[in-house]
Amino acid sequence: MTHRSHPSEQLAHHVDKDAFVRALRRKLGPEAVLADPEDLRPYECDALSAYRTLPWIVVLPQSTAEVQAVMQLCHAAGVPVVARGAGTGLSGGALPVENGVLLSLTRLNRILAIDAPNRLARVQPGVRNAAVTEAVAPLGLLYAPDPSSQIACTIGGNVAENSGGVHCLKYGLTVHNLTEIKLVTVEGELLTVGGMSLDAPGYDLLALLTGSEGLLGIIVEVVVKLILRPASARALLAAFDDIGAAGAAVANIIGAGLLPAGLEFMDAVTIRATEAFVHAGYPVGAAAILLCEFDGLPEQVDADVAAAEAILVAARATEVRRAADDAERLRFWMGRKAAFPAVGRIAADYYCMDGTIPRRCLADVLRGISTLAEEFGLGVANVFHAGDGNLHPLILYDANRPGELEQAERLGARILQLCLDVGGTVTGEHGVGVEKIDLLCRQFPAAELAQFHAVKRAFDPHGLLNPGKAVPSLRRCAELGAMHVHGGQLPFPELERF
Amino acid sequence: MNGTAGGIGALPDADCESALQDDVRDALARRQPLRIVGGGSKGFLARSAEGEALGVADHRGILAYEPTELVVTARGGTPLAELEEVLAEGGQMLAFEPPHFGASATIGGAIACGLSGPRRPFAGSARDFVLGVKLLNGRAETLRFGGTVMKNVAGFDVSRLMAGACGTLGVLLEVSLKVLPRPRCELSLSFEMNPLSALQAMQDWASGSWPLSGLAYDDRLRVRLSGNESAVQAARRRLGGEPAECGADYWRALREQDLPFFAGAADLWRLSVPPAVRLAPLPGEWLYDWGGAQRWLRTSAPAAEVFAAAASCGGHAMLFRTPMASAARFQPLEPRLMGLHRSLKAAFDPDGLFNPGRMYEGL
Repeated sequence: MTHRSHPSEQLAHHVDKDAFVRALRRKLGPEAVLADPEDLRPYECDALSAYRTLPWIVVLPQSTAEVQAVMQLCHAAGVPVVARGAGTGLSGGALPVENGVLLSLTRLNRILAIDAPNRLARVQPGVRNAAVTEAVAPLGLLYAPDPSSQIACTIGGNVAENSGGVHCLKYGLTVHNLTEIKLVTVEGELLTVGGMSLDAPGYDLLALLTGSEGLLGIIVEVVVKLILRPASARALLAAFDDIGAAGAAVANIIGAGLLPAGLEFMDAVTIRATEAFVHAGYPVGAAAILLCEFDGLPEQVDADVAAAEAILVAARATEVRRAADDAERLRFWMGRKAAFPAVGRIAADYYCMDGTIPRRCLADVLRGISTLAEEFGLGVANVFHAGDGNLHPLILYDANRPGELEQAERLGARILQLCLDVGGTVTGEHGVGVEKIDLLCRQFPAAELAQFHAVKRAFDPHGLLNPGKAVPSLRRCAELGAMHVHGGQLPFPELERF
Repeated sequence: MNGTAGGIGALPDADCESALQDDVRDALARRQPLRIVGGGSKGFLARSAEGEALGVADHRGILAYEPTELVVTARGGTPLAELEEVLAEGGQMLAFEPPHFGASATIGGAIACGLSGPRRPFAGSARDFVLGVKLLNGRAETLRFGGTVMKNVAGFDVSRLMAGACGTLGVLLEVSLKVLPRPRCELSLSFEMNPLSALQAMQDWASGSWPLSGLAYDDRLRVRLSGNESAVQAARRRLGGEPAECGADYWRALREQDLPFFAGAADLWRLSVPPAVRLAPLPGEWLYDWGGAQRWLRTSAPAAEVFAAAASCGGHAMLFRTPMASAARFQPLEPRLMGLHRSLKAAFDPDGLFNPGRMYEGL
C-alpha cells in the first residue's frame, strides 16, 4: 500500500534532484548519497511495512559534521528530512516522504565512551540498544530500557520514540535513562541538551526531545545511564482459567506495594501459539498466564516472590510455578520473547497495537477487544506489559485477502478508541508516526494540537522535519471529525469544512 | 475525594479554574505580567519575578487517587503535606521526596520548581514522576497533556517540560503523578570518614547491589537503606557502620535544609555534577547528597568561578540562597540554547505574562 500524506502536511519544493544529489555528494562523498530507485527500495518503509513510500534521496552520513552539512543544504533548499535508525519502528515514524531526504543514522554507530564510575555511556545514535548492554556487561552494568527489538533497534530511534520494554515498570522508559542529547537543529547547528549530571539548567528539553519522533531535530549523540546488573532475579508463572482473575491479580500485586521488574500477560491464543513454537512448557489449557519477575538483593527478591505467590494463589490462579533456577526462569521468558514471531506463525499477517489503559480496566478492555474481534470476524492475540497497563493486541489477518488489511486497521482503531474511552492513550511506546496520526485528533482537542504546533515551530519553523508524522494538522482533524460526528457535536466548529 | 486529611486549619477543596482563567485573560488583555504564587515557600529560589501576583493556592484538592494504579491527580494548590498524608494512608509516597521549605508548600510549586530530595538518585526526580498536567497557557487556554497512565507517547511530552520551568510556561492547574509504595523498613547508618574516602565509598556502594535510598556526607558518611526487613538487615550486616539515632529526622532535615550547615547568610550553591567527579577547589564548606551527584557549597567565591567549576566537569550550578535579589541564579545557557528557550517560551506564553525574569533575564 502506498501511503499518501494529507495535503495540509505536504511540503512542496521545486529543487532539481540531480543538482541536489551533486551538492550532497560534494559534502558526503559519492557512496553516501543514494538516488537510484533500486538503491532507495530498502528504505521505503520501516517495520510498519503496510505503508511504503520511495524516498527522493537517501543519505548515509558518517559524522556529526556530515549530518550538519545535510541539514544546512536541506534547510537552505526547503527540502523535508526524515531521520531513520534501524527501521524497526512499528508506527511508520521513519516512513519517507516522496520529495524528501531520508537521513539514515546507522553509520554513526560507535560507543564513544564508557564512564563506569559515573555509570554513563556516550554513544552515537546508530548504536544498537543491545550493543550498549553487551559493551558494559563486563563491568557488571547494563542499559535498562529493553524494547523487544533490542537486538536490532538503535539508541537514536529509542530516544525518538521514548521506547519502553519489559522492565520499564521498575526501571523506567528511555526518558528516565538519559542525561544528554546532542542535537543537530533544522538549520544544521549543533546543540547540547542536558549534561553528565542528573539534571540540567533551563527547561527540560531532554524530556521534550525524547519521544518527539524526529520532529524537532536530529539526534547525533546520546549519554545514557547505566544501572547495576541485579544481584539476583527470580520469576513466577501463574496460570488462570479466567482473564478477569488474571487482571485482578495484576492490580493486587501492585496494590500490595510490590514492584516487579517485569509483569507480563499472555492470553490463550498467544500461549498456544508460543508453546507450539518454542516449547517453553506453558500450560496450554489456560485462559491467561502472568509472568512476574523480581530482581535485586537476594533477601528482597525471596520475600517479594513469596508475597507475590500468595497474592496469585489468592487471586484464583489455577497453577503457580516458581522458577527453580536461572535456566527455568529464562525458559519462562523465552516464550514471552518469542510471542510475536509465534503469533506470526499462526496467521498470514498480524497488526500490532499499542494502547495503554489504567490497570483496573484490564479485564473490561480485554473483554471489549474480544467482542470487537468477533464483530470484525478477525482473531486477536493479547500479549502485553500488564504491570504498566500497556496492551499489545495482535490482530490476525491475511493481507492477500482483499479488504482484510483495511478491516484489521478498522478493528485496530476501534480497540484504541476503547483505550481512550477508559482514560488511556493510543500509544504507550510505539509512537504515533503515520499509523495513529488520525487517532491523535480523537485524543487531543484542537487547542492542545495547536500548542503542539507552536512547540514544533519553535524548533522547526517551516516544518521540514518528518512532515506528516506524530502531530496531525488541524485540517486533517477537521476532515476526519466530519466523518466521526460524536453526539451531534462537530469537532473543531471553528474551522472551515473542505 | 474531599480534602479531609489536612488536619486542623485545613482549607476546603476548591475549584478556582475559571477564576484563574479569567485572571489570565484579563492580564492578557492588559499585557500585564503575572507573578504566580502558590504557598510562597520557594520564592527565595529564583530571581524575583515582576508583575501582579496570581495566587493559585486556593485551587486545591486531590481529584483522584487509586493506590493500585500508582497514580494521584491533584490541583496545583493542594498542600504538599496534605497530599503526602493521603498517600501515606495508602501506603505510598512521592518517591522523589520533594523539599517543602515551609508548611504552605503546594504540589504545583514542587513540580514547577522541579526539586527532589535525598531519594532522587535511587528512585527518580520530580520530572520523572510527572504523568500528566492541566495548565493555563499565556493565551488563557486550559490544556491537558499526558494522562494518568504509566506509558504514553502520544504528542510531545509537554507535561515533563513543565517540571522545573518555574511557572514561566504556564500555570499548573492539575498534575498527575506516579507514586510508589513506601518501603516496609528504613534504617540509617553513619560512618566516620574523611571527604575523599567518603566520595569513594559512595561511588563503591552506589555501584553495589544495596537497597539504598540515601547517600550523603557532611562530617560523617550517612547511608539510608530501604526495603523489606530482611533485605535492610542483610545490607546492614554487610555494610557495618553504626545505626544512626533519629535517622529519619536526619534525611528530613537534609531535605528541608534544617541542618546547621544550611544556617547563616553566606551564599548557598547547589552543584549538580557527575557523582564520582573531583571538582576544582573552591573555597568554602561542602555537603554532599545524592551519592555525590548533588553538592551543596557555602562560599563567598564569585559566581563566575562556581559556574565554571561545575561546567568543567559536565555539570551545572545554581545559586540556591543568596541575600542578593537580583543575582543570576542558574547556570548561564549558551546563546543558541537560550534562543531556543525564548522560542519555546513564546510558544506557550507569547506575551510574556508568566513570571518574567524568574529563571533567566529576558525569559
